[in-house]
Amino acid sequence: MITRSLIIASIMLSASSTMSFAGGENVEVMHYWTSGSEAAGLDVLKQLLEKRGVTWSDSPVAGGTGMNMVQVLRARIASDTAPSAAQMHAQQVQAWAAEGVLTDLSDLAKKEDWAKIIAPELVPLISYNGKTVAVPVNVHRSNWLWYNKKVFDKAGVQPPTTWDEFNQVSEKLLAAGVTPLALGGQPWQEADLFENVVLGLGGADFYRKALIEQDQEAIKSETMVKVFDQLRVMNKFVDKNYPGRDWNLATQMVIKGEAGMQIMGDWAKGELSLAKMEPNVDYGCSPAPGTKGDYVWLTDNFGFFTTKDENRVKGQMEMASAILDKDFQEAFNIKKGSIPSRVDVSMDKFDFCGKAAYADRAEAQKTNTSLPSLTHNAATGATKTGVFLDVVSTFFETPTMTSQQAIDQLVAGLKSAE
Amino acid sequence: MQKGHTVAMSFPDAGAFADGSTPKSDLRLWLGKNASQLALAPSVVIVLVVIYGFMIWTGVISLTASKMLPNYSFVGFAQYDRLWSNPIWQIAVSNIFIFGFLFIGFSTAIGLALAILIDQKIRAEGFLRTVYLYPMALSFIVTGTAWKWILNPGLGLERLLHLWGWESFRFDWLVNTEYAIYTLVIAGVWQSSGFVMALFLAALRGIDEDLVKAARLDGAGATQIYRRIIIPQLGPTFMTVGVILMQQAVKSFDLVVALTSGGPGNSTNLPATFMYTQTFGRDQMAVGAASAIMILMTVAAIVVPYLYIDIRNNRDER
Amino acid sequence: MSADAIILQRGASHQVARIFIYVCLILFAAVYLMPLLVVVLTSVKDLDDIRNGSILSLPQRVTFEPWRQAWSEACIGLRCAGLKDFFINSVVMIVPSVTISTAGGAINGYALTQWKFRGADLIFAILLFGVFIPFQIILIPMARTLGAIGAANTMVGLIMVHVVYGIPFTTLFFRNFFLSLPSDLVKAARVDGAGFYQTLWRIILPISVPCFVVSIIWQFTNIWNDFIFGTTFTSGENVPVTVALNNVVNTTTGVKAYNVDMASVVMTALPTLAIYVFAGRYFLRGLMAGSIKG
Repeated sequence: MITRSLIIASIMLSASSTMSFAGGENVEVMHYWTSGSEAAGLDVLKQLLEKRGVTWSDSPVAGGTGMNMVQVLRARIASDTAPSAAQMHAQQVQAWAAEGVLTDLSDLAKKEDWAKIIAPELVPLISYNGKTVAVPVNVHRSNWLWYNKKVFDKAGVQPPTTWDEFNQVSEKLLAAGVTPLALGGQPWQEADLFENVVLGLGGADFYRKALIEQDQEAIKSETMVKVFDQLRVMNKFVDKNYPGRDWNLATQMVIKGEAGMQIMGDWAKGELSLAKMEPNVDYGCSPAPGTKGDYVWLTDNFGFFTTKDENRVKGQMEMASAILDKDFQEAFNIKKGSIPSRVDVSMDKFDFCGKAAYADRAEAQKTNTSLPSLTHNAATGATKTGVFLDVVSTFFETPTMTSQQAIDQLVAGLKSAE
Repeated sequence: MQKGHTVAMSFPDAGAFADGSTPKSDLRLWLGKNASQLALAPSVVIVLVVIYGFMIWTGVISLTASKMLPNYSFVGFAQYDRLWSNPIWQIAVSNIFIFGFLFIGFSTAIGLALAILIDQKIRAEGFLRTVYLYPMALSFIVTGTAWKWILNPGLGLERLLHLWGWESFRFDWLVNTEYAIYTLVIAGVWQSSGFVMALFLAALRGIDEDLVKAARLDGAGATQIYRRIIIPQLGPTFMTVGVILMQQAVKSFDLVVALTSGGPGNSTNLPATFMYTQTFGRDQMAVGAASAIMILMTVAAIVVPYLYIDIRNNRDER
Repeated sequence: MSADAIILQRGASHQVARIFIYVCLILFAAVYLMPLLVVVLTSVKDLDDIRNGSILSLPQRVTFEPWRQAWSEACIGLRCAGLKDFFINSVVMIVPSVTISTAGGAINGYALTQWKFRGADLIFAILLFGVFIPFQIILIPMARTLGAIGAANTMVGLIMVHVVYGIPFTTLFFRNFFLSLPSDLVKAARVDGAGFYQTLWRIILPISVPCFVVSIIWQFTNIWNDFIFGTTFTSGENVPVTVALNNVVNTTTGVKAYNVDMASVVMTALPTLAIYVFAGRYFLRGLMAGSIKG
């Protein structure tokens, strides 16, 4: 009995102590960028905020490609102790906004004219019911093909520009005794391949119909059969130990010359530059086959959780504003391997592939072929994305499954996800 | 049971006459009479809330349309339909039976074998016991990466034996859709069999020597002694081992996350990982809750009869 | 304990059987030790050595640099000060969690067996079912509850969660242990007029040491190794060391330093390993005394 009342007393104590802690402008930031280049990028933001008089409490939650963080975040919201800000992908912003827990940033957005400076394709996804509810930190590109130049030269091949060429190049690499495609058999990596094949074979309109709108006709179409057929062909271009491999180990295969190429977002640059590989000398970057002129993007955003504490609101506004600071955008994105979410940042200090990405995005914006990534929660909500991930991964790793069966499963899964 | 009860009643009553009955001593009497119930009350109340209350809450959520956060618009049993039409859930269900059966079977068999071998008055018993028992001290958050390496054909055991000259050695279960589930069994057995050994060893050392001696005088060999005399006496230990292992099998989560994350091709999902993914990765809190209810019902179907038998037996003994 | 080993009888086959037994036991020991060996070997290699060697190859050059980094430099989010501070969190968490849940289990077990009342068995069954709950289920409602009593996101809240979900286990151990005690002890004390807690304190506790050992070791292991409660109910600088470890070894789009990861792993595991190495034999004695049985 005594112990129990002691516990209750100490709860009271600790509760009051956390409340007093909230004084002063402070932001508690929840994120899953716990390592190397990504943490270094975030550190720039922390320092910038500290210069502006806002202290930063760091709440990193790593693991499960962000799923652990989502779990912790929900528990925090359920217990009414939400952090000031949390990292989220584009569609996650929409989902949280729909739950009504995100702070309205509209006044700040108007004051700083975000509509003009943020890449136009991002604006709808940080807006909900006419209000601005999040701020994008960066833009990654998912339709990149990375290749080892020495391996390509030795085998006498050029980076493929169509999926047919990709198959021919792969056959030649196989003949030269090199694994053509470095892949990690994790659902998101396989889905990355899938979305690139969809775009490469079907084009931007088909991509929109099939992946963003999940149009039945598009999904049941002959083109989609071809997409799965191409994935099946690619089974023989990966080594036999690919299941479960982390993406960075796949990149290592390209670095060592064990594999010819990898289709991966531009975070692969971090791994490449760490191995002292020079862009355009040791490795090359080109758009994934058949996607030249298209730009498949994904963003990391920060959303801010509603609070009645004035000081916390101030901290949130400072942070939102700092994220769009030009110098921060430059410094952060160089470290992270992405490009700025703003369209007016100087790219002089970026590397070759970064500059190419920035130019390609500008081009794609003009032709309306800048497309949200399915795999990285930019195209549609988590439930439907999950259906694609499940089916594609099961298909890729089950040699007996036919393309038609995969399509049937997609249709059934998407129907039940309504 | 009845006997204990009357004893508890009689004493405070006797004291009552000596004390005289002021209101204060009435309270004390009551407290004395019900000390046992009162001591248990806090635990019972807490458990009713945090286990049964939360179970009911989960059941309620499974009948709603909850996605990211709980909401209370009811949709009947629609989520259960969706659950059972999900191919990954079907895989998870068949996996838990394969995994549970093999995990419990092998952990028990290896644990018992180790206990019998170690019980032969051998040297370095303490050291060996510690070696077999230490995996229990580590979680898969800690050993996951090492296991992933060991089981990966390109990095681990297969490569090692190739380097040592055994070129034809194949051990690629981890990357094989059909066999990956068995790697979970290997790592699971590694973690739990030492503890099973300890349980059996403790039981073996509690067996009446005279029975063994008598059998030996009758000319029974070692195999016969174990089969006819010792193992039949380990019945209760088998039950305990079974329940403890089953509890671990149902909760297996870290194991999957550390080794396969459910892959390759979703072939190693278990109900607990499915539930977690649906709830937190797929924004399907209600489907996650429905799967949780299925898990709990299965557990209850096995555990409740066990508890009934266990409690009835103990009652008979007293 | 039997006076003679059962398999190893005198006779012609004695030596063969003995050799066979040792070979079996040593083979198993080698297999059981392998994961630990891989972890320890990797933790003292440099990164080139790891890329070029195999998992069990001996280090070209032993380095303790990864250990130093893991202890005081490894980055966990934006905080590059290693694991050391998080150890203190874990210690702060574990002492009250283990103490309170063990004490609670002892009282419950005692009440359920030695001062039995009508319905005690039912109450035991109700408590025991808690052992089977997958913890992923209760995260959100527990977060709500902690929020309602003002203990969300604090160490106190986390300790409460560990106590609450530990009690079904500890109750099970003590109930089974006390069941094996002769009931005359308590009856005699009652005849002498001793009350509930007096009897517990004077008669029962002094003979329950083996069961306390089992309960403490079990709770210590489970709570020290817990990840999911730690990550859900605390954050930032408050998290226990396993959560910090997870943040060190996990990376979404970064570069992996396997040696530092492995050094962190060994460090995190040291307390529980030490317990099993030094207290393992008492654990076995506790089991023999009946804390876990049918």
